[in-house]
Amino acid sequence: MEPLLVVKDLKKYFPVKKGIFFGERAELRAVDGVSFEIRRGETMGLVGESGCGKSTTARLILRLLEPTAGEVYFGKTAVFTANKEEMRQLRRKLQIVFQDPYSSLDPRMSVEEIVGEGLTIHRLAKGKEKSERVAELLEMVGLGREHLGRYPHEFSGGQRQRIGIARALAVGPELLIADEPVSALDVSIQAQVINLFEDLQKELGLTYLFIAHDLRVVKHISDRVAVMYLGQIVELTESDELYRNPLHPYTQALMSAIPAADPRPKGRRMVLEGDPLSPIHIPSGCRFHPRCPKRFDRCDKEEPVLREVSAGHWVSCHLY
Amino acid sequence: MRNDSLLTVEGLQTHFFTEEGVVRAVDGVTLSVRPGETLGLVGESGCGKTVTALSILRLIPDPPGRIVGGTISFDGRDLLRLPEEEIRKIRGSSISMIFQEPMTSLNPVFTVGEQVAEGIRHHQKVSRREAWDRAIEGLRRVKIADPVRRVREYPHQLSGGMRQRVMIAMALALGPRLLIADEPTTALDVTIQAQILELLLGLQEEMKMAVMLITHDLGVIAETADRVLVMYAGRVVEEAVVKDLFDNPLHPYTQGLLESLPRLEAGKGGRRLTAIPGLVPNLLELPVGCKFAPRCSKAVGECWPTEPELREIRPGHWARCILA
Repeated sequence: MEPLLVVKDLKKYFPVKKGIFFGERAELRAVDGVSFEIRRGETMGLVGESGCGKSTTARLILRLLEPTAGEVYFGKTAVFTANKEEMRQLRRKLQIVFQDPYSSLDPRMSVEEIVGEGLTIHRLAKGKEKSERVAELLEMVGLGREHLGRYPHEFSGGQRQRIGIARALAVGPELLIADEPVSALDVSIQAQVINLFEDLQKELGLTYLFIAHDLRVVKHISDRVAVMYLGQIVELTESDELYRNPLHPYTQALMSAIPAADPRPKGRRMVLEGDPLSPIHIPSGCRFHPRCPKRFDRCDKEEPVLREVSAGHWVSCHLY
Repeated sequence: MRNDSLLTVEGLQTHFFTEEGVVRAVDGVTLSVRPGETLGLVGESGCGKTVTALSILRLIPDPPGRIVGGTISFDGRDLLRLPEEEIRKIRGSSISMIFQEPMTSLNPVFTVGEQVAEGIRHHQKVSRREAWDRAIEGLRRVKIADPVRRVREYPHQLSGGMRQRVMIAMALALGPRLLIADEPTTALDVTIQAQILELLLGLQEEMKMAVMLITHDLGVIAETADRVLVMYAGRVVEEAVVKDLFDNPLHPYTQGLLESLPRLEAGKGGRRLTAIPGLVPNLLELPVGCKFAPRCSKAVGECWPTEPELREIRPGHWARCILA
């Protein structure tokens, strides 16, 4: 099946100042050669710890940041070389829901204005028709038309996230990028919002790129999952396969670090040593080797590439 | 209440007097912590778990907050009647606390060594030299590599996990008998969270101290706590030893929390999450009867007029629900 989104060797380096004197320059390699595809109608999960480049990847796909190198295709359109009209179309078809429902909604705008803004910009509806459409969108995300004239501060975190989802859906997107959409929410509310994402996907045939640091959430909602570490994808496969048969030592450690919600004998897990490394000082060879419990002599010399080791299971590790 | 407890809180009520009305953040909490055990306090935002902890150390900002009822006794002393000077001696020495965000709890303009040493000198008459040496020892104890160098660094030079280790070193410098840890790993990445929890449990064993662990994460509770209190709307709704709570949760809120967690072992589309409907309650508009009734799938007529008592359903397993 034709993929909806293709990301090819995407890179984003930020210049950073190194010392105080001499204007020494260094590079922060936030995204360093990321490639994947998303099929129409599927949910691709992107998981990793802070600073691994997952949010930067999302912003590059949306062209909210200019890439250092690489290509992104949405359908047949090359995103980075799209002209103004193509870009207008892309902005409709690609939408994003942000993590923080407190800072991502303008406090001076009413819910009707927030959700309806895209309809006006893309000239999709106006006047009474627009209000009607916004009311429908609110109902779709579990709110009601009585909320039209209210302001963000009158809502709880979970309700604000619903407003953010309604805003994204207003312009009829095909791909919805959700960047940590539930991590700021309470546990009981998280489940409501995750269910909403699933319902909307069924109803509207949406494709998702779902970004989160919580492997449980990503595993639950995704068809396939890509695990990122220091700007690269280290493993990519079906979500059930990733759980049953994690190959990369980093994935294994992530999986084992998740506290299971049932009491088990204490101290049975694999605890990684050291801190996540900085994307300014990338180690030689495999970038995970300083923390890897299974490293051997090849790992600090040669950089592994992402290879398909069994059908649909990609891993970047010298062990395989 | 058992008299072998290290800490006993009975009928604690901490209220905040705001312009919109009286917020009963903690409204009748009873708990006890035994020497050396880990008591988990779990609940969602606004359930009163942090306010309970701050009340124990008498750190509630007044105004608007005030402890309006109940007793807190630690090691036989009534903390609520102690003069300010006495409670200050207890804070940081016999009872310490660590917070969620290590960056905001450390002072950015002092080195970590100065901060750890200051705490020691505040409570004990020791020379600067000795306090400094003990700070280095403290950093070594929390497994910071190269403590002699790290002790001269400023908080911004450390990673999040390392800062939390420094906070733990500060909290443990004087050998407390009770450590209150308020969401100690929530701001950390999952691999670092695993390191910090393992460190905390190891130190607890080594120093024979009791820990009161406050978290919203049931997974963290399952891995660390001996006994658990589930809080909702300023009340304890369930109390049990950890195994009983997870194997046989009695309160519909606890059941709902457990069911709303995504499970790694379930396949996609295999299980729809069972969400708890409604919103986390507004403490200014609580219902008269059971506070959870408006969100409870099992609520019956009797749940509405009167609030249920916390009852011992089985030995050591308490629940605030008429259906339990």
